Amino acid sequence: MARIFTPKVVTANRLMQGDAVWLTANGHWSDNIRDAEFITDEATADLRMMDADTQAHLIAGVYLADAVMGDNGPEPTHFREDFRTRGPSNYAHGKQVDKVENNV
Amino acid sequence: MYKYNDFDEGFVRTRVAQFRDQVARRIDGSLTEDEFKPLRLMNGLYLQLHAYMLRVAVPYGTLNSTQMDMLAHLAETYDKGYGHFTTRQNIQYNWPELGDVPDMLSDLADVGMHAIQTSGNTIRNVTADHFAGAAADEIADPRPVAELLRQWSTDHPEFQFLPRKFKIAITGSPNDRAVTKAHDIGLRMVMQNGAAGYEVIVGGGLGRTPMIGKVITDFLPQADLLPYVEAIVSVWNRLGRRDNKYKARIKITVHEHGIDEIRRLVDARFAEIRPSFSGIDQEILTAIAEQFAAPAFKIADTKGYEAARIANPAFRSWTDTNLTQHRADGYAIVSISIKKHGATPGDATADQMRVMANLARTYGHDELRISHEQNVILPHVHKSDLPKLYTALRAADLATANIGLASDIIACPGMDYCALATARSIPVAQEIAMRFDELKIEHDIGALKIKISGCINACGHHHVGHIGILGLDRAGVENYQITLGGDHTETAAVGERAGPGFSADDIVPAIERLVLGYMDLRNSADETFLDAYRRLGVAPFKAILYPQERANAA
Ligand code: HEM
Ligand code: SF4
Repeated sequence: MARIFTPKVVTANRLMQGDAVWLTANGHWSDNIRDAEFITDEATADLRMMDADTQAHLIAGVYLADAVMGDNGPEPTHFREDFRTRGPSNYAHGKQVDKVENNV
Repeated sequence: MYKYNDFDEGFVRTRVAQFRDQVARRIDGSLTEDEFKPLRLMNGLYLQLHAYMLRVAVPYGTLNSTQMDMLAHLAETYDKGYGHFTTRQNIQYNWPELGDVPDMLSDLADVGMHAIQTSGNTIRNVTADHFAGAAADEIADPRPVAELLRQWSTDHPEFQFLPRKFKIAITGSPNDRAVTKAHDIGLRMVMQNGAAGYEVIVGGGLGRTPMIGKVITDFLPQADLLPYVEAIVSVWNRLGRRDNKYKARIKITVHEHGIDEIRRLVDARFAEIRPSFSGIDQEILTAIAEQFAAPAFKIADTKGYEAARIANPAFRSWTDTNLTQHRADGYAIVSISIKKHGATPGDATADQMRVMANLARTYGHDELRISHEQNVILPHVHKSDLPKLYTALRAADLATANIGLASDIIACPGMDYCALATARSIPVAQEIAMRFDELKIEHDIGALKIKISGCINACGHHHVGHIGILGLDRAGVENYQITLGGDHTETAAVGERAGPGFSADDIVPAIERLVLGYMDLRNSADETFLDAYRRLGVAPFKAILYPQERANAA
């Protein structure tokens, strides 16, 4: 019997800017968790982590984070990961403003 | 103020060049992250939740206006226009890009500053009383000794790979404003038979296992200070628990072996190494001390100041809370609150930094200090200049009259920035400050230290807050644990846990209830929260915090 696997996304910080990024199904790094590949089994998770490790020139501190599938793509389940998709709460800095800029 | 000599200058420049090369090699792929991480940490560069973070040391909290201007320049050029002053007299930049960090370090080197040993298992920035050289209660300025310790510890070959980080704090005043009892080594200047020496405290610390330090010697002559401190670090370097990171700090070593055994080992090591200290250190100390000579204090009358106090209640209120007695006639120590209600504790914008630098230049003999309570100090201001200074501070949103009051909160960055955090600290601090401002009772409450950490590491000093708040993660939800009765002064104590934690929605009402409850409990308006707590014990405060449980038990 397969062990129960909590769905995951692969995440890291971008090497140059240090901002949070997520691994997409085609092996790119997106600054939006919704673009991330939603991983539902351990074997894929292992493989993707190995892929990520070969991209050390782009990212640092890669790890697997728990996620659930929402209407528009993967969403974080823990508030820590939620903050990483937004930025800090004391200033409109980080992704919460980058997103606004991207939308205009 | 201490000015780098050619050796210091050369050392820092070389280090910047090395790091520039290391960053280039990380970017071109010749260094892996595993190889690069220890190198960046040696230069104060962390990777946090949303970005890199650069931690710059402000040795013993002392800055001149040129250095403060440079901190502003860094905030503006490489960051988002602000910096965060911490409880260890450092400034942290929350948003630098990797490629810019060598330039930041190079800019810092231009003004005699650096980020060396602001991370890693080394002797960290030596911190000192933020009123050093100015306070009326001071025996002598502790900063020359702090600078001697900095020179000795920087790049000390034996102490680059200690079991864990090592923190030294020093005060020259009997009123301890440097939290000496919660440091790995605390040094308190004392006089004996007309000579200054030190009471040496070891094994204090906060974090997961908070401990108040123990006195290892009650009088150490000035001339023995460096070899004795070296003996302590050396003994710990050998005995420290390298098998377990949580047991590696010297507080655990002292706890496990007992202070008497540690004293015996330190004395033995001291006897061994004492002869190798030829006295050069004392010559160096004398030369350093000359650079810390007091400024030429001016003589002027203070009538205008007294008149302004009578004429302007807002000014009077500010002078009541934000001034401390200076040792020179007619002078005052000015604490500039960077805790305007609702602001992030410890953050200053580039503009504010420049305003403070300018004020130091114009009215403050070119000196500034950073306090461990995350405020900025102008240590030497003549009272006749205070009305003009106040007006300038007001214009820059820097005239909040709340030093030592409920909204003068220490808060670590917490989950808003820190990768280790288990909950947020900043919004809790902001909400508490706003709440007390709405109630307009801060001045009635009186002296109160609220300190908040976003995880067990206790960077926000919650253990030694009269009211401490620790952010925790309870099954994926922010939860806040309250501790009561902590004290960071010469009567240091670790606070006691009040009971179950509160949710993010309930923590501010709980603090409000607690403080209002204290106002009912106190003997008179003069009995501080801490005094009332010490008189009454934890029980009545628990009853206020958890009224439901009392009802259930009844
Ligand atoms: C944001 C990056 C930070 C990281 C990664 C960090 C990490 C840590 C860790 C791991 C400890 C526990 C160490 C131990 O007990 O062995 C600690 C303690 C401490 N840190 Fe931080 N910290 C950070 C920021 C700060 C800030 C912003 C402050 C001040 C506001 C600060 C001041 C302290 C103090 C005072 C202690 C505890 C006292 C002690 O060492 O006994 N740190 N920190
Ligand atoms: S107490 Fe925890 S959350 Fe706060 S700065 Fe320290 S390590 Fe980060």
